[in-house]
Amino acid sequence: MDSRTADKTPVETPAEALAQPKDGRSLRELAIRYGFLSLLVGLIVFFSLATRGFTSPQAAVFILQSVSITGILALGVTATLVVGGFDLSIGSIATSSMMAAAYVMVVLEQNALVAVLVCLAIGALVGLINGLIICYMRVPDLLATLGMMFLLIGLQRIPTEGRSIATGMTLPDGSTAEGTFSQAFLALGRHRFDLFIENLVPASVVVLIVLAILIWFFLEYTRFGRMMYAVGSNARAAEFAGAPVKAYRIWAYVISGVFASIGGILLAARLGRGDIASGNNLLLDAVAAALIGFAVLGAAKPNAFGTAIGALFVGVLLQGLTMMNVPYYTQDFVKGAVLVIALIFTFALLGRNAR
Amino acid sequence: MGDNAIFRIAGLTKAFGPNAVLRGVGLDLRAGEVTVLMGANGAGKSTLVKVMSGVHRADRGMMMLGDKPFSPATPAEAMRAGVVTVHQNINDGVVGALDVASNLVLDRLNGAGSGFFFNPRKVRREAREVAERMGLGIDLSAEVTDLPLADRQMVAIARAMAHEPQVMILDEPTSSLSSNEAERLFALIERLRARGVAILYISHRMSDIRRLADRIVSLRDGAIVGQFDEKPLDYEGAVNAMLGQNLGLHSIDARAAGAPVFSVRDLRIAPGAKPLSMELGAGEVVAVTGLVGVGKTRLAETLFGIHTPLAGSMRLDGRAYAPKTPASAVRDGVFLVAKDRASTGIVPEFNIYENMSLPFLPRFSNMSVTRRRAERQTAREQIADLKIVCRSERDDLATLSGGNQQKVTVARWLTQPSRLLILDEPFQGVDIAARHDIAAKLRESAGDRATLVFLTELDEALETADRILVMSENTIVGEHRNADVDMDRLLAEVAGQRLEPAGSV
Repeated sequence: MDSRTADKTPVETPAEALAQPKDGRSLRELAIRYGFLSLLVGLIVFFSLATRGFTSPQAAVFILQSVSITGILALGVTATLVVGGFDLSIGSIATSSMMAAAYVMVVLEQNALVAVLVCLAIGALVGLINGLIICYMRVPDLLATLGMMFLLIGLQRIPTEGRSIATGMTLPDGSTAEGTFSQAFLALGRHRFDLFIENLVPASVVVLIVLAILIWFFLEYTRFGRMMYAVGSNARAAEFAGAPVKAYRIWAYVISGVFASIGGILLAARLGRGDIASGNNLLLDAVAAALIGFAVLGAAKPNAFGTAIGALFVGVLLQGLTMMNVPYYTQDFVKGAVLVIALIFTFALLGRNAR
Repeated sequence: MGDNAIFRIAGLTKAFGPNAVLRGVGLDLRAGEVTVLMGANGAGKSTLVKVMSGVHRADRGMMMLGDKPFSPATPAEAMRAGVVTVHQNINDGVVGALDVASNLVLDRLNGAGSGFFFNPRKVRREAREVAERMGLGIDLSAEVTDLPLADRQMVAIARAMAHEPQVMILDEPTSSLSSNEAERLFALIERLRARGVAILYISHRMSDIRRLADRIVSLRDGAIVGQFDEKPLDYEGAVNAMLGQNLGLHSIDARAAGAPVFSVRDLRIAPGAKPLSMELGAGEVVAVTGLVGVGKTRLAETLFGIHTPLAGSMRLDGRAYAPKTPASAVRDGVFLVAKDRASTGIVPEFNIYENMSLPFLPRFSNMSVTRRRAERQTAREQIADLKIVCRSERDDLATLSGGNQQKVTVARWLTQPSRLLILDEPFQGVDIAARHDIAAKLRESAGDRATLVFLTELDEALETADRILVMSENTIVGEHRNADVDMDRLLAEVAGQRLEPAGSV
């Protein structure tokens, strides 16, 4: 599906750009609206010409897979951005739930379903606590979730005394962990569905797409999503219109926590162990994707579609650069530069437009 | 004429994109005179002020200060040249995190010649000078965030006056001041006038204008359409010029109340306040008037469930009514158009129809999915009903003028039938035409609900209501049917006096 877009859109976009001004839109409005999408299309065209194999279905799926976990976290954090908050704890919620999944299966020897439920419960609970601290203790969102981030990074190491979790590991009491990752759980990270080609689409990509559509529909088309935007834009007006503002805020953090824990489940399923060292970049990558999303279609506000495109943009860029043999250690620099440019794009162009 | 004009504007034009906002403005300001600029919302007043104060550059035309051309590139340059502006939005004028003294000398802190180090003693000494010269009775060590809005405004004005300006522009400076404070401001303005400063005073308030104006200039559609400087000033002429039609001051036909809808018994809304009672009937519009700070907003918000009354009871349609939150008030059919639309009303990121459907989204959705077609249909009806000027119901709120934004926030609560509709200062920052549209719509739609409007301006109450209640010190002190109002008694009640007739309000 991704390769089809790559073939089709570059032909269409310039034609659209030429057709638009008769509606009385200025060039700058066009740039604000379609600038980032054109840039994405341009990148895809550039990489398909500059490298071999970039446009294959396998490469497209690989890109989607590489952004699936950060994308899911980014969609969650989008919910908190919508209500005017922020969630810095998503990265550590994801790694905590990865460790929890491993612990439940390897040490406690439970099945996949229990592991998944425990992870989701952790995400919801942490999100709930975040929301309660922010709404009722009046701790600013950044500080509350930063504190929660530290707490979780520490907490996830305590049960195993700081060691990664894998079958056969030695437990603190001297015994050996006998449990294994169940096959059903591992399938979440490794199973591939057929789509035209056999074994093409990984389960994590399917999860990403389903969640993206869900949260997009929720934010854009349900009254709850609308009220969340109202809370983020003018909380007092929302309150005076009869909205339970605090409840909406808390729900946003619960959504964020649950999405982050789903990301953690997929991470555990992909790695097949509870790796204490993984997931370092999750928070920054996810936040970058959500903020890049501000620039998509000139939204200038958090939105699910933009977040998905933002995650895709980063994935395309990194995959393309890797295929062009650009060294891996430049990746963070490239991501940072894209984020800064996207933010300038959003706030400079749109700020002037709004006046 | 014109020989003592110290500030001249000729042929000034300014357009934002395709919108020509100023179309050749010509204006003289004379030393030692207060020139009042009147204009409906969207006439170009704010833009004119911004060009004069260096925020925007004019496209064409010229400005002269004394005999030198004046075209400031920044507000700081305009200020140094001697043209000082006090903006409408009070919080643009003060820095909340600093104390009053620092605020008073703020622009000296970064002017040329100020040292690198901050000298608190020098700041306090200079601030004390400024405060004394301006008769500012505010504790200099107080934090600005702790001050009421009115005091913040006084601080901003005092600082602007400390520059010894030649020209001073005041953009609706009294819109959030009580009459007492406004009186202090007028005293300052008179002092400046006596010193020979040319003052441009922008206001909607007739009482201000009658009090201060030496001349009146009417702005309409980006051009000056009338200048009035012959005494006695022709106020009605100025209003008509600004509106381009004859609205006049019409008295209304006071209606009698229908069946009782809402009643309040012995309600105490603040510690130490006397209990208040009232009864509102179907179809009548009741105004509550009184000075700023007498508890009008407190009462409005208590009826809407934002505050809990200390004592007393309320009944709606014969049943006990005790809302705990705005949500429960809305469920019971009590709606509030809250004061200060920017902070309590509009959602700036939403368009018109999204703003209108905000409180009633459950009714505009099907299985929680919003029904945009129904929202837009309702919005279109309200736009037509209230004569909201916009391109379509999908316009962003930010693109509308203040009066039209206010119409949207009122319309929001008219989309669904209510039992009691409360409006707190619905005419704040709204031009006269929009005010008439809103008032007419309120009266026309009054139907079988009770309507309660809180208004500081007596003119507005007389123009809108069937019955007028007067508040003072958190309780109701008087009641008048709007047919044969005893103005002396009414004014005395407003002023908080029992018997002696009040001189002015």
